[in-house]
Amino acid sequence: MTGSDADARNAGGAWQIAPLGDRALIVEFGQRVEREISARARAVAQQLLRTPLPGVTDVVPAFTTVALHYRPEAFTGTRAPYEQLRDQVEALLARGVASEHDATRVIEVPVCYGGEFGPDLAEVATLCKLGPDEVIALHAASPHVVYMLGFAPGFPYLGGLDPRLGVPRRATPRTTVPMGSVAIARDQSIIYPLETPGGWNLIGRTPLRLFRPQSEPPCLLQPGDEVRFVPIPVERYRALEGGE
Amino acid sequence: MNVDVIKPGVLSTLQDLGRVGFQRFGVPVCGVMDEWSHRIANLLVGNPAHEATLEVTLMGPSLRFTEAALIAITGASLSPRIGEHAVPQGTPVLVGAGSQLDFGRRVAGMRAYLAVRGGFAVPSVMNSRSTYVRGAFGGFDGRALRKGDALVIGASDVEDPLMQLAAKLRAGTLPFATLDDPPELPPAPSGSLPTTVRVMAGQQWDAFTPQARQALCEAEFRLSPQSDRMGFRFEGPKLALTEPLEMISEAVAFGTIQVPPDGNPIVLMADRQTTGGYPKIASVASVDLPILAQMTPQQALRFTLISLEDAQQLYLARERALAGFAKQVEALRRS
Repeated sequence: MTGSDADARNAGGAWQIAPLGDRALIVEFGQRVEREISARARAVAQQLLRTPLPGVTDVVPAFTTVALHYRPEAFTGTRAPYEQLRDQVEALLARGVASEHDATRVIEVPVCYGGEFGPDLAEVATLCKLGPDEVIALHAASPHVVYMLGFAPGFPYLGGLDPRLGVPRRATPRTTVPMGSVAIARDQSIIYPLETPGGWNLIGRTPLRLFRPQSEPPCLLQPGDEVRFVPIPVERYRALEGGE
Repeated sequence: MNVDVIKPGVLSTLQDLGRVGFQRFGVPVCGVMDEWSHRIANLLVGNPAHEATLEVTLMGPSLRFTEAALIAITGASLSPRIGEHAVPQGTPVLVGAGSQLDFGRRVAGMRAYLAVRGGFAVPSVMNSRSTYVRGAFGGFDGRALRKGDALVIGASDVEDPLMQLAAKLRAGTLPFATLDDPPELPPAPSGSLPTTVRVMAGQQWDAFTPQARQALCEAEFRLSPQSDRMGFRFEGPKLALTEPLEMISEAVAFGTIQVPPDGNPIVLMADRQTTGGYPKIASVASVDLPILAQMTPQQALRFTLISLEDAQQLYLARERALAGFAKQVEALRRS
């Protein structure tokens, strides 16, 4: 899929570039969801946001990839716009992109675990052969990091879940999951920023609003943020909910 | 001036060219389904391309113009009329103050676009006036129009030469006026029958069985009624993978064709989510997305494979045609 010049510079196969239709391309940095690959994708996305390439309208980092949406009419060369942009991206990657050295933000997210807010907590505990309090303690102690925002506005996927909490998704997804629900499945956690259907295991709920369309930026969490979940009692939840 | 909503229609939303630049936050682009018709409508009334138009779906609204307004209707033929008189589409129309525009029977297509000179003055949310109904933001109050809504129209120079139509309106017997010599529209996107839509092979093309790849390019697919602004579901031969594929969610785009485990392809449309985790067998060429946007449920189509290079050539040719048309309309304004 990549040109011969590009292949020469990318001998290690550290990345792959492929078209996503005629107005986007995707750069892939690996095929496993892990912290280093995610960090690399983020660093490249940051670089592309700091120094935008002409014609690129959206830069979308995901677990292992960065997508560039672009306007083909912005490319004036004779070759296909995809080839022109691909070569620019290849050149950028070949020069090397420094990994993120900005101070990592640590965001505390208060969570009321269990009860009506975390209806799956007991089941998760049983599956993990732990007590509910141990599940809460392990979740709060896990070094969560935001891998990507996707699926819905401000919807964060968080890596770093303690392996002892690895449970599959629910066999039957719920038709509605309340806004703010904190959920786990496999090796990740998510927070539902709005009411939506969902199949993850609900263990708690945060009173924080993750997405505000009128704010700049509209999302509380950004890719690369570290997230620390702080257990709170229901009274505190109610108080924060009012204050938010 | 206002456009008052007498009857809302089934799904009438303000849309522009989309909420560009916010996909990294998981914010869908939204925007018009039929970019071609939207752009032609704005050009006809002298609006910039990014101005919002009203996307009218299947059963259109009834709207009253409190003052004279220069409008253009493009896209689906949904029998627009003022009083007893059919309103021509694809041409600038000056409607008189107090006129009520009604949409009627569907003749062809699914979505019509109404541009009003000056544009719809709703607040921009994340740089866009597009309505995202699921997220309840953008456009008019983040929702489709309702009875009793009043859409404010932005200020425009009344000196627009097309306002020469005003004299004609006063002199004529119709409740609206059109040009004697209207600008000639560039050829609209259209597929041969049954509708044919051009696609490029997607990233997981090779992961599908030879039968699936052949079926995609040869069989007929029918648009499922379970289709909306987010995605068009098609029914036809089931498209199977050679072996199960472990996919990691990544970005998707307008026109991406993804295939969930049931084997029925879904074409992602304007309100699509920003990322997806299903194998992508192909992508619809951008120039043919307006054809899809005008399909009605149960209508059949065929996909035909082209190269990325060809798709981009077609895209650039389309842009040149639009630029040429813009010049033509501009010349008309100056004449």
